[in-house]
Amino acid sequence: MHPASSIIVFTTLSGMGFGLIAMLGLGAAPSDGTAGLVACALAFILTGIGLASSTFHLGHPERAWRALTQWRSSWLSREGVLAVVTLGLFAIYAALWVFAADRVAIVGILLTLLSLVTVYATAMIYGSLKTVPRWRTGLTPLCYLLFAGAGGALLAATVSSLMGSGAQSSLYAALILMVIAWAAKFVWWSRADRTTLASIGSSPETATGLGSIGKVRLLEAPHSSPNYLMKEMVYRVGRKHVQKLRLLAVVLGGAVPVLALLVAAVSGGGAGLLVIAVLSHLIGMMAERWLFFAEAEHAVSLYYGHR
Amino acid sequence: MTSLPTHTDKSLGLVIDLDICVGCHACVVNCKEWNTGGYGAPLSDQNPYGADPVGSWLNRIHTFEVEATDGSGCSSSEAQILSNGKDARVVHFPKSCLHCDDAPCVTVCPTGASYKRSEDGIVLVNEDWCIGCGLCAWSCPYGAREMDAAEGVMKKCTLCVDRIYNENIPEEDREPACVRTCPANARHFGDFSDPNSDVSVMVAERGGMDLMPEQGTKPVNKYLPPRPKSRPVQSAPSDLVALAEPEAKGFLGWLDSALEKMG
Repeated sequence: MHPASSIIVFTTLSGMGFGLIAMLGLGAAPSDGTAGLVACALAFILTGIGLASSTFHLGHPERAWRALTQWRSSWLSREGVLAVVTLGLFAIYAALWVFAADRVAIVGILLTLLSLVTVYATAMIYGSLKTVPRWRTGLTPLCYLLFAGAGGALLAATVSSLMGSGAQSSLYAALILMVIAWAAKFVWWSRADRTTLASIGSSPETATGLGSIGKVRLLEAPHSSPNYLMKEMVYRVGRKHVQKLRLLAVVLGGAVPVLALLVAAVSGGGAGLLVIAVLSHLIGMMAERWLFFAEAEHAVSLYYGHR
Repeated sequence: MTSLPTHTDKSLGLVIDLDICVGCHACVVNCKEWNTGGYGAPLSDQNPYGADPVGSWLNRIHTFEVEATDGSGCSSSEAQILSNGKDARVVHFPKSCLHCDDAPCVTVCPTGASYKRSEDGIVLVNEDWCIGCGLCAWSCPYGAREMDAAEGVMKKCTLCVDRIYNENIPEEDREPACVRTCPANARHFGDFSDPNSDVSVMVAERGGMDLMPEQGTKPVNKYLPPRPKSRPVQSAPSDLVALAEPEAKGFLGWLDSALEKMG
């Protein structure tokens, strides 16, 4: 699949943003108004840039509001509705926190749940597609959720550390979630490497129905230059760099943040180190998300000589 | 509304005969010609006369080579005919929207632009609602949908909804443009919900098949498999040149046979 930068930015930034909201809902970060301003602004900026970015690849962004109507059947629509509801409630929560230094615990818990369900819906946009076998597993939303939690906790720890207090619980949450998230991602990769179109029973033979005669091979493509389908779904550029990119994703997205978190936990400070960890994690997550799309093979490739 | 109808009154679609299609692309061209001026926005091309032309088309013909493999699901006689000398056969393969009963492109649509009609089962895009997110194309295993780069909306086969009910055109033209134009009669249009319709009978008699049934889309369009390949008589005459020569009569005939006898 074509790894559109708008979708990579959308899934990584909104994932981290909603992860941060989930952590703040649980009571992370100091409760004074200044810390609230910084933490809530950060969450709004991340989710805002992410959601805005998701509209950049649309043919008609001015009609994006229509995407809120089909929540009965469409995960994309559900994601939109949940994001709007979550951010609306978060605006109230943030206003009370910043201006009255009052964090309403019950609203916080509700926000945590809503944030997680939003991230789940984002993942299910991809996880529900039968045409991309490596995406279609419960491990896909699991990884999205764990990465959102890890990123959110890392951000919460960083904000707390910058504000000079109360970072310990966020630090430990970030450490644990980061390790579990990457463990889940390794399981996801291991499954993905085994899960091909062939393994779910799709082949050029079933795609053409000609399997009863013999082995099917594309002799002549229907068009002489690549079309929308090939650019969007038969994307193969960069697959040769998969191993290097996976290493880059794990080191920047996992190892560096874990080390920084450990140092910060032991030394009891290290706000600067945590800021570096956040940036490193973000770059690593973008590599992970790039691979998520670029490596994915789509059923339509069977009509275009995929083998 | 992107929930699928539980029942469609009719089930309109195409039968495509892979035994007959000669791969002339006439259906591709006539589809483009009709649909660039018909339902919805024109089917645009980008850089049509340049080095890398690209454009949206609703019907494409792939050409596949099928190499017979011994005993791979063939009946013994069929396998013998087809796999003799490991010969390959060429199959031209037209592909357009299959108007699936369980169409994933409809349910993933976030706006309600993509829908399946309950009256005749045609899957359409309301281009005034489409936001051009492309998720429907991702959900389709057949590559039946192409984004129009000029208009920013998703294009797909409409089963020529603006022809089949069109009372302003002669009755014989009220079928999809691809069917109407096919010079080999490889494409047929009809109602699959009627077991006595021409298309239903053809599918029953020829073993009409679904593409990628494992994807669970329940396509309406059916493909008729190529018939077993016939081969020329194995013991062909060795002296073909003699067969081609005109028969000599009269004096020339006597001369011919006399010279033959002399060796």
